[in-house]
Amino acid sequence: MIYLDYNATAPMRPSVKRCVIEALDVSGNPSSIHSSGRRARAMVEKARGQIASSFGVTHENIIFTSGATEANTLALAGSKCRRVFVSGVEHHSVLEAVDHVEKIAVDQDGLVSPECLDTLLRHNGNSVLVSVMLANNETGVIQPIAELARIAHDYGALFHCDAVQAPGRIPLNMNDLGVDLMTLSAHKIGGPNGVGALFLAPGIEVASTMNGGGQERGRRGGTENVAAIAGFGAAAMYVNEMLNKAGQIGKLRDGMEQAILEQTPEVVIHGHKVPRLVNTSLFGVDGVSAETQVIALDLSGIAISSGSACSSGKVGPSHVLRAMGLSESMSASSIRVSIGVETKEEEITRFVDAWVSSLKMIKQQVDAA
Amino acid sequence: MTNEPVYLDYQATTPVDPRVRNVMLPWFDEMFGNPHSSDHAYGWVAEQAVEDARGHIAKLIGAKPSEITFTSGATEANNLAVKGTVRAISSDRNHVVTCATEHKCVLESCARLEREGFTVTYLPVEKSGLLDLDLLENALSERTALVSIMMANNEIGVIQPVTEIASLCARVGALFHTDAAQAVAKIPIDVNVMGIDLLSISAHKLYGPMGIGALYVRQKPKIKIEPLLDGGGQERGLRSGTVPAPLAIGFGEACRLGSENISEEADRITHLRDQFLAQIFDSLDDVKLNGDLEKRIPGNLNLSFPDIDAQDLMMRLPGIALSSGSACTTSSVASSHVLQSIGVEKRLLHNAIRIGFGRFTVEKEVAFAAKEIIQAVLSLRNATQIYEKN
Repeated sequence: MIYLDYNATAPMRPSVKRCVIEALDVSGNPSSIHSSGRRARAMVEKARGQIASSFGVTHENIIFTSGATEANTLALAGSKCRRVFVSGVEHHSVLEAVDHVEKIAVDQDGLVSPECLDTLLRHNGNSVLVSVMLANNETGVIQPIAELARIAHDYGALFHCDAVQAPGRIPLNMNDLGVDLMTLSAHKIGGPNGVGALFLAPGIEVASTMNGGGQERGRRGGTENVAAIAGFGAAAMYVNEMLNKAGQIGKLRDGMEQAILEQTPEVVIHGHKVPRLVNTSLFGVDGVSAETQVIALDLSGIAISSGSACSSGKVGPSHVLRAMGLSESMSASSIRVSIGVETKEEEITRFVDAWVSSLKMIKQQVDAA
Repeated sequence: MTNEPVYLDYQATTPVDPRVRNVMLPWFDEMFGNPHSSDHAYGWVAEQAVEDARGHIAKLIGAKPSEITFTSGATEANNLAVKGTVRAISSDRNHVVTCATEHKCVLESCARLEREGFTVTYLPVEKSGLLDLDLLENALSERTALVSIMMANNEIGVIQPVTEIASLCARVGALFHTDAAQAVAKIPIDVNVMGIDLLSISAHKLYGPMGIGALYVRQKPKIKIEPLLDGGGQERGLRSGTVPAPLAIGFGEACRLGSENISEEADRITHLRDQFLAQIFDSLDDVKLNGDLEKRIPGNLNLSFPDIDAQDLMMRLPGIALSSGSACTTSSVASSHVLQSIGVEKRLLHNAIRIGFGRFTVEKEVAFAAKEIIQAVLSLRNATQIYEKN
């Protein structure tokens, strides 16, 4: 099986797995004061330090959560802002985090324009939170976050950034980005499922949405997921190594796009004119259903996706492409290839061959019908 | 004895059963699919395994698989049950009943509801730690939306009469939720026989991994719940976020193992506990057992040693991992709200230790721990006497 769905989840690294297993074997609640508890606590705090140094955040401003969905909810609901503006291409967990989100339009490439944000905030400066993701999970398009955050701050607004797809693909430092709140997920960077984090800039606070035993400095109740947190920390240590391979991954992606364009001139590659994650490609041929393509490729032993994993179970066009102004039919015809560090060139070649021939077959069936 | 301390803190967390751990391992790398990736086989395989796990969890409490929602743990399950149901109730029921000895996450969720305008009754408990059913009956009315009473207490282990509580709730049409984190896989549970509408479970209290739990929600008649986490719409929209497949699968295996020999295990642990207690009572006078001994989960004791500070005592017991109360609050100086609620005198509040026994506790460890505790108590009492004489 060829796995080209790294934006959904990435396989765990062997060294991360060792770290998780080691932590699973420690029987102690990190809030307990006996030696078993202290060992668990040490693992949690070690990971917090690793993550802090990898992403330019101070360790006391890291809140571990059950994943990015919870972190996004905590950011949007917990910041208690009167108005919440989010881009139309955000992950569903941002779009639906609070009832009162208001959408910011994106352009045809999926970008939020700084001028547009400026105009919006000029009239709505008070108790406002803006949430824009760093890199889109479907298209890979990278937003000008530092600039958008600066504009938000000019008007006294808070800025949250869902950065789950960015680590290891583009340099990521919260301090450099200048955002107030930032979300990460472990399982997108070779860490385990079931853990994520919300980072706070110094001086920023959130009201807990998970009431409980006062863990995470009272910001998130619930026993810390020790083993997963330990794995998250270990995975964070590989971010630079991943970045070093970004060039090589980009070459694979670009080669793939060139090959499909040559063989299928009618293909549309979304967001290719603007900065994108090097590993992501979302493309389609209008009228050829994504679902059919995905199933055909699965039969050829290739795992790709028709969009984001959590919504792909539901039939329907991509809300990201719809927000970019594409037709409903085009939005339901696009598939996502996302490449990881383990991906080999011959796997990409096999994908291109399989996709081109399945496309021909699907079109023949459509024509015959 | 190895250098590892004897672990007697099974109510804080249980070790992951090696069999559970082994079942989890391949799901970290070889079969790493996102269970919601319906587009390819990686996802399907993970989804199937997660569904099998859901089945094991359901079976352990007599529920249907579709009545089980995965959460990040019991805290989230309790938050979802308490805040989610009450916020979603459309009728004019605006009253919640809970009890003073609940876990902090239930009490804090109730406090949150109070700030949102709901009325909450915090029922006291008797000296035994058990709820007075007459008090509950008097507190209930047609305006009661939810009653949340834990099945077994995390500090003193007492088991509340949930079946009777459930039938009182049913009479006034109130929903009944129980935090069963300390009870599942320790005592037999059947949600239908007991009449429970919502029940919270934690994997790391039943030899599964941390970071996962579940909320049972009765399907018929349908219970409306406002989700805490919105997003990808996983768990039938009740709880968005990727279900962590390895953790869910480990949780399922822990439940499967737990259902296998629940009564044998309970008998064995009860026997160990009674041996321990006999050894303590034989050698020490002036020891007080907190909470009812009969209506109690097998693996819990909570003992007060008057005039001995629990922290001092634990300092003298580096070879034993035990606690002075709930893990969540042990690192803080606040005294136990549970012990206060059962009427432990103020001067004795800092004199209690909790001893938790479990699946991997062996007789030798119990004897060792009892001996160590007896010695430590005697020497502390000696020191106090010398101090007082001077």
